Amino acid sequence: MGRGLLYGVILTLVLAVLWLLLSGMWWHGIITGLGAASVIMSIYMTARFGLIDGETVPFKSILRFARYWLWLGGEIFKANIEVVKLALSPKLNIKPVITHVGVSEGSDLARTTYANSITLTPGTVTVEVEEGGFLIHALDESFADTEAFIDMGKRATAAADGGAS
Amino acid sequence: MSVGFFIELGLDLASAALMLTGAVFVLAGALGMLRLPDFYTRLHAAGVTDTLGAEMIIIGLMLQSGWSLVTVKLALLGLFVFLTSPTATHATANAAYKSGLKPILQRFNPRASDDEGGAS
Amino acid sequence: MWMTFVDFAVAGMVAIGMALILARLFVGPTLYDRVLAVNAFGTKTVLFLVVFAMMVGEPAAIDIALLYALMNFIATIAILKFFRYRSLEVALSQMALRRALDGEDDA
Repeated sequence: MGRGLLYGVILTLVLAVLWLLLSGMWWHGIITGLGAASVIMSIYMTARFGLIDGETVPFKSILRFARYWLWLGGEIFKANIEVVKLALSPKLNIKPVITHVGVSEGSDLARTTYANSITLTPGTVTVEVEEGGFLIHALDESFADTEAFIDMGKRATAAADGGAS
Repeated sequence: MSVGFFIELGLDLASAALMLTGAVFVLAGALGMLRLPDFYTRLHAAGVTDTLGAEMIIIGLMLQSGWSLVTVKLALLGLFVFLTSPTATHATANAAYKSGLKPILQRFNPRASDDEGGAS
Repeated sequence: MWMTFVDFAVAGMVAIGMALILARLFVGPTLYDRVLAVNAFGTKTVLFLVVFAMMVGEPAAIDIALLYALMNFIATIAILKFFRYRSLEVALSQMALRRALDGEDDA
């Protein structure tokens, strides 16, 4: 219970800061009042849905996610250049494939992160989420590299579920 | 005075390089969407625009705007695009797959017929 | 200010990209091509708006870009949902129920 309260407080603070930043007015009777009302409404509805937990308020893992995103950014950069080379080569020469990749164990958040990372990396798109894994469409055979997928899955799980533990 | 000038110049140069590269990626993604043979391959071309093109342009603009609320808003926009684009892409791909749209799975080589070939 | 020219060039390139996407939107053989094109067009509109805002020094346009990005995402999901269930009133739990009853092959 105390944990839920902590998440609620953090979420309230983040929403309030977001409102202040987006409105750009630190104190203006009507606008700040509307902001306070919106924050209270949002918190009330989130609590009523029973959604205030570590998944909605992932601030404990934000540092790990930041490191993961940096690594993912590098991967995205490399994959982008490959895709652009393939798509713009004068002789279009691709062999699309669909592969199945098993999912390493992990929470829902870890698997969502994994699937979204695959989609975010150009050249591979998660087409379908099945029981034991993902169905992935790859632009070319060279992108359907099972080892790379498994490595990405390990990193995603480590980022979402905490450490190498 | 002069140090500030050089910092400004460096920021401007970095910003210009990032934005122009990003714009090239955006154009490449758009061209890819026209050239590639079927829906599933076009998804990948759209991804080029959504990820690298968009983020590079937004980061370049952040360098240009200095420390202000505009920078914060741009950062939020970048984060938002980064988080929603895979969801939208996956939703589109999944809907097409569920509706029975079959992907091309053999080697695609011929030079003709850029627009046809979507195995619907 | 030479940066304004860079902004101008970038805005022009994004606009050319938008025109190309528009061609795909008109040609696109399947519905999903068009949905994808609309989504990509929206992303490019956001980029164009942002660059435009910096070019003319009008920060308010960035707020519009933020809103547009939100709308674009929701619109894509809503269009897909509509064409899958032919209705927007299907609640999430009902969707799960229907999938369980139909055994995967809906639409």
